[in-house]
Amino acid sequence: MSDYDPVEVTPLHADEVSRMEADAIAAIKAAGDLDALKQARLAHAGDRSPIALANREIGALPPAARAEAGKRVGGARKAIAEALAARQAELEAERDARVLVEETVDVSLPWDRRPRGARHPLTTLQEHIADAFVAMGYEVAEGPELEGEWFNFDALNIAKDHPARSEHDTFFVESTDSGMVLRTQTSPVQIRALLQRDLPVYVISPGKTFRTDELDATHTPVFHQTEGLAVDEGLTMAHLKGTLDRFAEVMFGKGITTRFRPNYFPFTEPSAEMDLKCFVCRGASAVPGNPPCRTCKSEGWIEWGGCGMVNPRVLVACGVDPSRYSGFAFGMGIERTLMFRHNAEDMRDMVEGDVRFTLPFGMEI
Amino acid sequence: MKVPLSWLREYVDLPAATAQEVADKLTAAGLKLESLTSHGHDVKNVVVGEVLEIEELTGFKKPIRHCKVEVGEATPREIVCGATNFSAGDRVPVVLPGGVLPGGFEVGARKTYGRMSEGMICSERELGLGDDHNGIMVLPAGTPIGADVVELLGLRDDVIELEITPDIGYALSIRGVAREVATAFGVDFRDPADVELPAETGPSWPASIADPTACDRFVLREVSGFDPAAQSPLWMRVRLTRAGMRPVSLAVDITNYLMLELGQPLHAFDRAKLRGEIVVRRAAPGERLETLDHVVRELDPDDILITDASGPISMAGTMGGLETEISDASTDIVIEAAHFSATGISRESRRHGLVSEASKRFERGVDRELPLVASWRAVQLLAELGGATVRPGVTHAEVEVEPARIAIPAGYPGRVAGVDYSKDTVVARLEQVGCVVVEGDDPAVRKGGVAPTGVVTGGALAARLAVTGPDMITVTPPSWRPDLTDPNDLAEEVIRLEGYESLPSVLPSAPAGAGLTAGQRLRRRVGRALAEGGYVEVLSYPFISGDDFDRLQLPADDRRRAAMRLANPLSEDEPLMRTTLLPGLLKTLVRNVGRGFADVALFETGAVYRPRESAPRVAPVLGVERRPTAEETASIEAALPDQPLRVAVVLAGEFERSGWWGEGRAASWADAVQAARLVAAEARVELSISADQHEPWHPGRCAALYVGDTLVGHAGELHPRVIEAYGLPARTAAMELELSRLEAVMPGPVQTPAVSAYPVATQDVALIVPDFTPVADVEAALRDGAGELLESIRLFDVYAGEQVGEGNKSLAYSLRFRAADRTLTVEETTAARDAAVAMAADRVGAQLRG
Repeated sequence: MSDYDPVEVTPLHADEVSRMEADAIAAIKAAGDLDALKQARLAHAGDRSPIALANREIGALPPAARAEAGKRVGGARKAIAEALAARQAELEAERDARVLVEETVDVSLPWDRRPRGARHPLTTLQEHIADAFVAMGYEVAEGPELEGEWFNFDALNIAKDHPARSEHDTFFVESTDSGMVLRTQTSPVQIRALLQRDLPVYVISPGKTFRTDELDATHTPVFHQTEGLAVDEGLTMAHLKGTLDRFAEVMFGKGITTRFRPNYFPFTEPSAEMDLKCFVCRGASAVPGNPPCRTCKSEGWIEWGGCGMVNPRVLVACGVDPSRYSGFAFGMGIERTLMFRHNAEDMRDMVEGDVRFTLPFGMEI
Repeated sequence: MKVPLSWLREYVDLPAATAQEVADKLTAAGLKLESLTSHGHDVKNVVVGEVLEIEELTGFKKPIRHCKVEVGEATPREIVCGATNFSAGDRVPVVLPGGVLPGGFEVGARKTYGRMSEGMICSERELGLGDDHNGIMVLPAGTPIGADVVELLGLRDDVIELEITPDIGYALSIRGVAREVATAFGVDFRDPADVELPAETGPSWPASIADPTACDRFVLREVSGFDPAAQSPLWMRVRLTRAGMRPVSLAVDITNYLMLELGQPLHAFDRAKLRGEIVVRRAAPGERLETLDHVVRELDPDDILITDASGPISMAGTMGGLETEISDASTDIVIEAAHFSATGISRESRRHGLVSEASKRFERGVDRELPLVASWRAVQLLAELGGATVRPGVTHAEVEVEPARIAIPAGYPGRVAGVDYSKDTVVARLEQVGCVVVEGDDPAVRKGGVAPTGVVTGGALAARLAVTGPDMITVTPPSWRPDLTDPNDLAEEVIRLEGYESLPSVLPSAPAGAGLTAGQRLRRRVGRALAEGGYVEVLSYPFISGDDFDRLQLPADDRRRAAMRLANPLSEDEPLMRTTLLPGLLKTLVRNVGRGFADVALFETGAVYRPRESAPRVAPVLGVERRPTAEETASIEAALPDQPLRVAVVLAGEFERSGWWGEGRAASWADAVQAARLVAAEARVELSISADQHEPWHPGRCAALYVGDTLVGHAGELHPRVIEAYGLPARTAAMELELSRLEAVMPGPVQTPAVSAYPVATQDVALIVPDFTPVADVEAALRDGAGELLESIRLFDVYAGEQVGEGNKSLAYSLRFRAADRTLTVEETTAARDAAVAMAADRVGAQLRG
């Protein structure tokens, strides 16, 4: 120690270091924005800043003094660095807050540059019905709309002079004896399915049908039906009821079942009219004293479609042995279903293609 | 069928049920309630009065009477009346002050024509008894004064209107409905046809059946000395009116009354106008008949006629002839009651557009055992009510008919229902229907014939329909149920009477299905994609006009002009079946624009009907007693038109809307072509698009859409003349594409692409080509030239101007290259780009823009 020639290094004096630190922190605090802070960083923490210069002088101190001076300068630099970081964070937060506020938009502005279209509810309703049966194992069968008279009538046990045939108000194609008609029902698809498919057959067939009714609120000459057919060994009317009850639940909710009333269709025997328990009042409105129901007109039930056991004559016409196989069939009008399921009041709306009618139905029903 | 409840009660011991309860039971039995009408329940204070004095008032525009009427009170009532058809001493219905007439019309005491009027003397119409408003209703002498008119005249009644299905002709009668009601309530039924007939003492007016296929029973009876002035009794007129028929004259009313009650149509001839033997036969060529409605009808050789020596005198079961009609001078009457062929009457009625109460019943099947009974009751009533004398004798021509018999196992109805019915139940129910049931299988079952509804029985078909099993019973249906021909008909009777509501609900287990087909799934995806893309689906009618082809500017030889024609279109303007979806869509677009929606994009998926060249003109109608052969069904298919499924869009106005963000974009040819791409993408096929000239599109803005070499459709802007013809907005665009063709070429499952993690290298090129060069060709050349390193290509600019020379355009492409296994070098990508440009130069003469 005795050979050491102490050199006085002014910048390393404790007072001096404290002053540098105080100057730096004052400048950092005074920096009003990130640019000013950048200047302050250069001036007080940069390579040419007093504290950096002071740091360089430490090497010139005698070894005994270096530790203390180093500790002093290091402490000051750390304090300055911390002040810088803190101010940096503060100023960045301020800037972000200001800029993001400036970028604020009105999120309630409309953005309908490319409006979406929609699918027709009669289409999506047919798909919905088909899906319910596909889930039960059925397949979707199809047939032509302009159909042979034999498929539309004769094979369905509607002989040429049967009164039921004149009730069908048929469109004849080319001439009344061309053997070609616009199908009056989707039932001819039953015949095609039985001729084309292997037994057992479980099919559902939605499609367009035609009758010579003038268009009004409850009639349209072009309408839609969905037909179901099952032919298998041992099928009974109880199975028909079970199938339609299940279908009613899928479409209208738990506890909504069907009711059969005797009716007549040439292609089924026995035949029934199928009523659906009103899914709105659940039958309650039919009880006197309860509030009325618009959907079922307070009858508690809604007429939905026709059904029955496939007439063995139809099976014979398709080459199916009625002593081994039996079957059931059912059909319902899609327009009518849309009317009561969705409170559509006028069939003309379904026909005219006004976009205001269709748009609310979207992609699925 | 309108059924007054009082009429039913005559033949059924109905319990104290309301009309609604009766109707509900009938509905449950298959006779569906159509409507319920109450009569007379609101009528109050109408009594029988005797006119004591009449004072004719003068000084008014019409005759007015002031009457004193004894109504059984302390003093007579004073009543002012405007009718003059009654005299002092007549008994009349009087509504007293405070009384109510049908329709809720209240009557009070008031001063009128200067006198007090305490009530009103009533006409038939005012009492709701009919249309007769010609004067006061004069009651028979001796009607008790003060008696309640409601009770006396049976004013109070309920009418149940039933919808009768075509199979149950028997229910078009009080007799048939009463039988159903009796079964439903489990009470006794008295058959109105159950009358004792006198022994047949010899023929009446001569008659014979010349065509046994036209008629199998023909009965005539006669009366003489009928009083043509005799009035129908009130009760008969009331019942006819309530059942929906208009009273005419006593003789006609009697035939109608019995038809309603029994279901047997009757016809009355004026005996003085008949000439010689009556023969039932088919018409001869050229024969004519003037019917009751004063129409001269040209008869068809298939028509069933009643004729005499003078020629046709009546169209059997449909409408009588004018010449032999009874008139208000007829005193000698011949009553006809017959059983005609149901199909024969059905055809005749349809051929002449003549639907009568008689034809409705005959075509649905009338009880073959009724003619003797109904004709007897008719002459009895003519004698009783019209002062006639029944002439002895009855003419009865008939053809032997074997009754149908059906053998079934006693358990068969249960097998159909899925319910165990005991044999006793089955037999009891069938007997309630009127069947005769015997044990065992009767071989007579195998005999066949043609049922009245045209249904063939017996023979090979009967053998195929026969059901066997243990405990066979043989069932003979009653004569009034010609609809019961098959085992399942009997099953329905049992199940229906046991009650459909008691059927159990059992879900069968169908075998697992395969879900929707690829084509069905494609149609759903296409609909969804177009709807998501901004199009609204419409379902327009497939009927079009020949003028549509002109509006679409189709050339004279265009195949789309060959359309199937409806024989009976709803509108003569639109008799054709569409061969393109566009007319319907365009009209729907115009409708929307007219309703204030100028920006419209619509789509439709549906069939078009394209006649096949050299198709047979007739689709044969095959037999039904066996499965047709493949050749037989093919013979039907050959006549039917091709019915491919198409999808089409039309769009006008802004396809991208204007708004606060700035200007929108008008719908254009490009959107129509893009709609086709959208559809093709759902089918996972790539469309090749080339310019075409195809009506109804703009010749310079029409794209032909191909998949490979298969033309699948067209898209673009419509021809201005088409736009004008349909009144469409300017620049309306359209696309039509045949989905059935896309379905046919859909590729198999998607092959997973290799995804390379190596970096992409991008090269841009600008090419100058003559401006008629299709961009699609340039792009194809670049693709082919660039080789397999090319990942994607995108046209980002099209420029035409001075810098590229007149008649040229510049196409700027961005090419992206990537390799699966390495980072590409600049040399590699440049080489690939150069190869692409070289191919474009070679194929379409493209020059690299310097």
